[in-house]
Amino acid sequence: MMQTLFGNLAIFVLALLVGVEVISKIPSTLHTPMMSGANAIHGVVVAGAVVTASFANSPIGYVLTFVAGALAAANVFGGYVVTDRMLKMFTRPMTAPTASAKKDAS
Amino acid sequence: MTVFEFVVGSLYLAAATLFVVGLHNMRTPSNARAGNLISAGGMVIAVLTTVVFSIVDGGGTWLGWGALVVGGALGGVYGALRARTVKMTDIPQLVSIFNAVGGGAAAAVACATFVLHANGAELDPTTSIPIVLDVFIGSITFSGSLIAAGKLQGVIPGQPITFPGSRIVNVLVIAIAVGAGVLTLLSTHSILLLLIVFVASLIFGVLMVLPIGGADAPVIVSLLNAFTGLAVAMAGFAINNQALIIAGALVGAAGTILTLQMANAMNRSVVSIILGGFGTSDSASSTGPGDQDLTNIRQLTVDDVAIQLAYAQRVLIVPGYGLAAAQAQHEVAELAKLLIGHGVDVKYAIHPVAGRMPGHMNVLLAEANVPYDQMLQLDEANVAFDNCDVALVVGANDVCNPDARKPGNAVSGMPILDADHARSVVVMKRSMRPGYAGLNNPLFTDPQTGMFFADAKKGLADIAVAVKEYVSA
Repeated sequence: MMQTLFGNLAIFVLALLVGVEVISKIPSTLHTPMMSGANAIHGVVVAGAVVTASFANSPIGYVLTFVAGALAAANVFGGYVVTDRMLKMFTRPMTAPTASAKKDAS
Repeated sequence: MTVFEFVVGSLYLAAATLFVVGLHNMRTPSNARAGNLISAGGMVIAVLTTVVFSIVDGGGTWLGWGALVVGGALGGVYGALRARTVKMTDIPQLVSIFNAVGGGAAAAVACATFVLHANGAELDPTTSIPIVLDVFIGSITFSGSLIAAGKLQGVIPGQPITFPGSRIVNVLVIAIAVGAGVLTLLSTHSILLLLIVFVASLIFGVLMVLPIGGADAPVIVSLLNAFTGLAVAMAGFAINNQALIIAGALVGAAGTILTLQMANAMNRSVVSIILGGFGTSDSASSTGPGDQDLTNIRQLTVDDVAIQLAYAQRVLIVPGYGLAAAQAQHEVAELAKLLIGHGVDVKYAIHPVAGRMPGHMNVLLAEANVPYDQMLQLDEANVAFDNCDVALVVGANDVCNPDARKPGNAVSGMPILDADHARSVVVMKRSMRPGYAGLNNPLFTDPQTGMFFADAKKGLADIAVAVKEYVSA
């Protein structure tokens, strides 16, 4: 039991450090999509809801599974979709300056 | 370890790696979308692995799986619909709502784990402690994020809501939550005690966010984002699932860093924001504007501004909260395009907290088709100001207040955009009302500055019309 705990704790601490390292390199231009993307990542709690579903065996267990599933799914689907929507705008091909210049000058 | 366990472990590791690689790719705008898709790929692997593992390991009942599928379908449709239809100006609210549901889901997972194990009677402390922490943090996040979203949306009044003795009530509620949590662990493992933790934490979440001003709400959203990450990590400890632990820790780190950066850019400490001890700025705003000498203001007309812009070589646009509030991102982009077509070098100088959350202004401008290489970050922009003919400040105030370089006021030491280094400055505002810090801005009375009083959306459109005349003439 202790071995599992310390294994998991080590993973937790190292993941925190990796997170700090990776996130602090992200420019402020992308902070909103990054936060939204991180938001989507914590939607992984949907996996927790799956585990709950597999062992639910009482009415209260079913209700909790339903609640966890609904909330987590909203988180994970919504998070990824809205982040993609934002980032899609950032990668849109740039408008050629010459073409727009002609149009505006005329 | 069986082969099956080995495969499951490897797949979780792969999912976690993809999360990190995905975030890593968000360092550059051109790779960011791919990064998000990589992270989504990790998510698919993590969830599918868990489904297969849970069926083999636990089995479960039709009712349990049915509840999951129905709930998941409802939640998924809701989330995807909101995500597809949300206006870009309302992104902070939506992020806050996704925090809420994430935290709530984590709390529900913990409760379910507790209930399964005969109300925790057979639980090891290495499981029961994370469960209690998860319920505690997850519930605070759930209610707190909903209140924060309400404040950002304007459903709940933005000004700090306090009542006499609120501090004592706060302490009392948190004492109840912690006390019930400790009792849950120590003694009976009763579901009733866990329920008390749940309810008290929910109430605390509300009490924590209510006294926070609307302008500070984005900081709280970011902080609650970190909380959700922690709650999810705790759920991971409770059900011994590494994917949840790693993802939760990553989000916890992201939220924490962003919170600190934001507080720094607003010249506030996180502690002072959370304590809501922010009467200071309110009193400043009620006394501040009176003592500014308004006689020195040079007012400009639409034509003045248009001529200045049309005959400039280099223009830097400083968009602020006012632009976001007026949803004038398309108008500003239109004007910039016009000027660029006329041969003017136009760039945007973007403060880290312009808009309603860090980086929000970049998203709004991206929505208006502004290429990201025209958006200058603080350091690049401050170099560019020295060589700039006109700085066009639209609905921004504190972020370009030169008083920040002097000691002894609310913005002292705050990183600012050096708009006053430009050869001339045009400030577009609706009125002389002070900004969030409640201070006068000497930039407005500077001799090189002209004020153009207008709503951002209408004013920019008017300028564009006037510029068109000079360009076509």
